[in-house]
Amino acid sequence: MSDVKIATRESYGNALAELGDEFKDFVVLDADLAGATKTSVFKKKFPDRHIDCGIAEADMTGIAAGLATTGVPVFISSFAMFAAGRNFEQVRNSIGYPHLNVKIGATHAGITVGEDGATHQCLEDLALMRVIPGMTVIVPSDDIEAKAAVRAALTTEGPMYMRFGRAAVPVINDGPDYKFQIGKAIKLRSGKDISIFCCGVCVAECLKTAETLASKGIEAEVINIHTIKPIDKDAIIASASSTGRVFTVEEHSVIGGLGSAVAEVISESDIPNRVKITRIGINDEFGQSGKAGELMHYYKLDSEGITERILQELK
Amino acid sequence: MTDKELKLMAVNVREGIVTAVHAAASGHPGGSLSAADMYTYLYFEEMNIDPKDPRKEDRDRFVLSKGHTSPGYYSALANRGFFPVEDLKTFRKLGSYLQGHPCMNETPGVDMSSGSLGQGLSAATGMALSAKLRNKDYRVYALLGDGELEEGQIWEASMFAGAHNLDNLCVIVDNNDLQIDGRVADVCNIYPIDEKFKAFNFNVININGHDFGEIRDAFKAARECKGKPTAIVMKTVKGKGVSYMEDNAGWHGKAPSDAEYETAMAELEALREEINKGGAN
Repeated sequence: MSDVKIATRESYGNALAELGDEFKDFVVLDADLAGATKTSVFKKKFPDRHIDCGIAEADMTGIAAGLATTGVPVFISSFAMFAAGRNFEQVRNSIGYPHLNVKIGATHAGITVGEDGATHQCLEDLALMRVIPGMTVIVPSDDIEAKAAVRAALTTEGPMYMRFGRAAVPVINDGPDYKFQIGKAIKLRSGKDISIFCCGVCVAECLKTAETLASKGIEAEVINIHTIKPIDKDAIIASASSTGRVFTVEEHSVIGGLGSAVAEVISESDIPNRVKITRIGINDEFGQSGKAGELMHYYKLDSEGITERILQELK
Repeated sequence: MTDKELKLMAVNVREGIVTAVHAAASGHPGGSLSAADMYTYLYFEEMNIDPKDPRKEDRDRFVLSKGHTSPGYYSALANRGFFPVEDLKTFRKLGSYLQGHPCMNETPGVDMSSGSLGQGLSAATGMALSAKLRNKDYRVYALLGDGELEEGQIWEASMFAGAHNLDNLCVIVDNNDLQIDGRVADVCNIYPIDEKFKAFNFNVININGHDFGEIRDAFKAARECKGKPTAIVMKTVKGKGVSYMEDNAGWHGKAPSDAEYETAMAELEALREEINKGGAN
């Protein structure tokens, strides 16, 4: 883990701009949030390929669908609350049902939106997006993974939802062996006692948690599930079988997101012994205003909170 | 085609509508029949399309934003040769490629999946924008219901189309004056339609949607208008061509019984004979 911190929304905008020459066909739509979603970085370099649809996310989604029917790859960008929440039915019917090549770059997901508070802190987007047939759902954990996801979006046909954050997060995937592949989980640390499946901003926190747990004699396996759908069943089952105790950690409601997806895989698996699963996330409640770090602490999603919860559960 | 040929073809399209909905014992005949002349004109006269090559790159595009009137759409496509007219009888049946609402991945000639009201115009706008971005000269047509104008997304899309001067986009509003719960003015008044589109920088043309001469002139004016999208607001009669369905909200989404089907087909046959004799203006 390096000391560099970058918000994945920055990575999104930078990746679009960096890939704009290599992939000459795609266009980027935004809904009056280009400065915040960072598609402004792309706009500066490719002004003719960036279209601001105004504060009209539903229309932006339909426009993207229309563009995609003519063979133009499209990225649409807004806050997760609007890209997935307000837009759910447009995404389902205008993009999902016709299986169009539209990539949704949703920024400002989760509580790390911070001061804007509950109305803008989307804790339900993974649940909403993963129930749409054919939708790929990706939650990058850092700058490197976010950029890799954008590249994968350009080389993979079909609808895709990518969840980016507002707050700066540490770069953790800077190792020489790092390889991003859609649907392929990444084991960041091996351990025999418990499995921690995590995604997004929580991955760095879980790595710190694993350090703390190790000092207390608990060896935690940390697996980054960057792709929520299609989920890496083999990696989940292998780790859960070996440790027999599972924790999931996500900056999302405990209902419907990573925790639910992991629970579905394990409960339908042939693992002979019962595996207990603890879902750590936002417990079926709305967020509130505060600084991103304060909120991660308050909702016990920082390494301290995650460690405390795991130790309590293991008692 | 001459106006007489178009009128005769529109009878075929209407027969296909009634047949499909009767066979399915389900579907939306009212708004299909009100737009039958428009479907006929679009697919037999106006649009650059090829039934043998439904996905040809430079084709004109059509989006049925009021997707529930798929029987009219399918009947026009079938009569134009995109698929067998006989297959209209599979409409809405399990395994059919003629789904209740249009599906672009199932049905030859369908350019966009649609049916959830309000969404189709945005997709049509995206298609028109794509042509502008890539210097293509195809045109895009979107057919909207008048009740559908109550959906907010229609106005988001209209604002965008007007603001971006998408003169390759032609919106058609089927103003049959009825929606499921009654008169459009009583449910949630949408009037004036023309002034609303004008306010969004549209070239607006009001016509009688059952007069091929007026339809022809309107499309000519739409093609010639530069710098603005066009909205053709066509006054129509819901259920047009089948006496007991005409101007009756009850036939929005209801299938005829066997006896009603026979009556409808007999009326359409009589209409065909009248047109052949030079009548039915």
